Amino acid sequence: MASAPPARAGYEHFPHGADVGVRGFGPTKAAAFEQAALALTAVITDPATVEPREPVAIRCSAPDDELLLVEWLNEVIYAMATLDMLFSRFRVTIQDGELVATAWGEPVDRARHRPAVEIKGATYTALAVRREPNGRWVAECVVDV
Amino acid sequence: MDPSRFIRIDATTWQIPAHSRMRVPGVIYATEALVREMDDKVAEQLCNVACLPGIVEAAYAMPDAHWGYGFPIGGVAAFDAEAGGVISAGGVGFDISCGVRTMLSGLPRAQVLPVLEELADALYETVPAGLGRHGKIRLADRELDAMLAGGAAWAVSQGFGHVEDLARIEEAGCIAGADPDAVSRRAKERQRAEMGTLGSGNHYLEVQYVAEIRDPRTARAFGLGLDEVVVTIHCGSRGLGHQIGTDYLREMLLEARAHGIELPDRELACAPIRSRTGQRYLGAMRAGANCALANRQIIGHLARAVFSRFFPGCRLPLMFDVSHNTCKVERHEIGGRVRELYVHRKGATRAFPPGHPDLPADLRAWGQPVLIGGSMGTGSWVLAGTRADGERAFASAVHGAGRAVSRHEATRRWRGEQIVEELRSRGVLVRSHSMRGVAEEAPAAYKDVDAVVEAAEAAGLARRVARLAPLIVVKG
Repeated sequence: MASAPPARAGYEHFPHGADVGVRGFGPTKAAAFEQAALALTAVITDPATVEPREPVAIRCSAPDDELLLVEWLNEVIYAMATLDMLFSRFRVTIQDGELVATAWGEPVDRARHRPAVEIKGATYTALAVRREPNGRWVAECVVDV
Repeated sequence: MDPSRFIRIDATTWQIPAHSRMRVPGVIYATEALVREMDDKVAEQLCNVACLPGIVEAAYAMPDAHWGYGFPIGGVAAFDAEAGGVISAGGVGFDISCGVRTMLSGLPRAQVLPVLEELADALYETVPAGLGRHGKIRLADRELDAMLAGGAAWAVSQGFGHVEDLARIEEAGCIAGADPDAVSRRAKERQRAEMGTLGSGNHYLEVQYVAEIRDPRTARAFGLGLDEVVVTIHCGSRGLGHQIGTDYLREMLLEARAHGIELPDRELACAPIRSRTGQRYLGAMRAGANCALANRQIIGHLARAVFSRFFPGCRLPLMFDVSHNTCKVERHEIGGRVRELYVHRKGATRAFPPGHPDLPADLRAWGQPVLIGGSMGTGSWVLAGTRADGERAFASAVHGAGRAVSRHEATRRWRGEQIVEELRSRGVLVRSHSMRGVAEEAPAAYKDVDAVVEAAEAAGLARRVARLAPLIVVKG
């Protein structure tokens, strides 16, 4: 494969009729997954307001990359819901369909974070994990809010 | 969508004939203007639903249909277990048994207006709304299972509301056949601190007044008087329902091939009704529905406590409670034969016609009340099931206005503070901790609810009874 300029990591949202899509991208699949999780936080609040103080370990697995993305985002949603936390930093490694991650965040502070919505779940709608010709990885799906 | 793509049966009925892998046609009930406003995805998703095994008659879209997950939101489809029919976690959705209840204050608007600010503050203070705000109720494992089996009837047994409320809830407030053991530990964990909470997104508690009456006799039977104040709650099964959806979507998706089901869209994940997974999902989904009914019963109780403080003696009797994300077993006549069907309503309300045996005796002559949530600026509607010249879409009707603008776009176009100010100048008080959340729910982000209910009436799905206009909006 021809060498491409190193892809920068980042995230964005994309519109869906009733809800919102999260899209992460980066130089590796794992980086794209990390950014997709950050996009998830950004659906709720500005990630810059969330201090990455406390680490939470997350693991999951799935038969393919796309199902793994849904699985991963649902694990983050579950951690947010049950620990009452928001996360602003993620480190992900993926090997043979196994994802091992650490999410750093802090308890929800309603005055400071002003959470706009809570997320019900990640969906299989507009779900894709792909590598673009320039080498950049993209991980995206719609989330139900 | 371009209406010329469809066969026009009459002014409000549009058909997509069965083609390629579709087993039945797709039918859209809407005016031409509403069809034009709909996303192309509605037709695509309707065609996908029509491909599922055991589907009966047609895949239907209501006038408020929009792009959903697998099913369009505003989608209705029924399956026959005997014909290899399926049950779909995607066809019910993440927010199992999300729905609306309306309670009657009997108070004239003039009596409420002088204390509107204080009432808004008290409701916002008392009813937990939004992410990170929890209820005071904590359920131990056994109590949680009792709640999942008992629904609103369980809530009443715990002192939330009155026995009389139950007759005004679908299935008398308790969905039979719930299986708490089919609900994962994780789903239960997500519900620990969520009982009696409103949630966020398009969920709300509103104090409204009856702004217009279209059908005076039915309105009187429902207890709705012009200019009288009502309380309406829109919410669902909270974290528990969301996690049941997540759990079973994955399970059904991974098992689909083993069941010989080829999914046109992963979000349509389903299992044969007569399979272990199908039966477990049914049990879990019914438990989720009971959670939603219990939750609305508790929130109703919290609202009553506030109202009785401001207006001693005001008991807020329940007018009706309807769910609009469900799968129910019902008997319908198809081609002259009564069949037992698993009717999925995703963003659609059941609308039994007058005379239906499952309606409470005092409402039977009038048809089932159908509660339609609009946006916070425009208002809501009370409709009633209708017979017209036969059943439409298995006695189903619309559920809301339907979004016209995505959340993403809404936050670009509007600011929450502006919307709160604008609504205040029109006499509507908004209480929410998130201005971005308010912007995402801007009134203009929704379709015209009046046009939607007019289309529902023209299509013979339900008839208009009364229009409700907001005075107070509490949002998560």
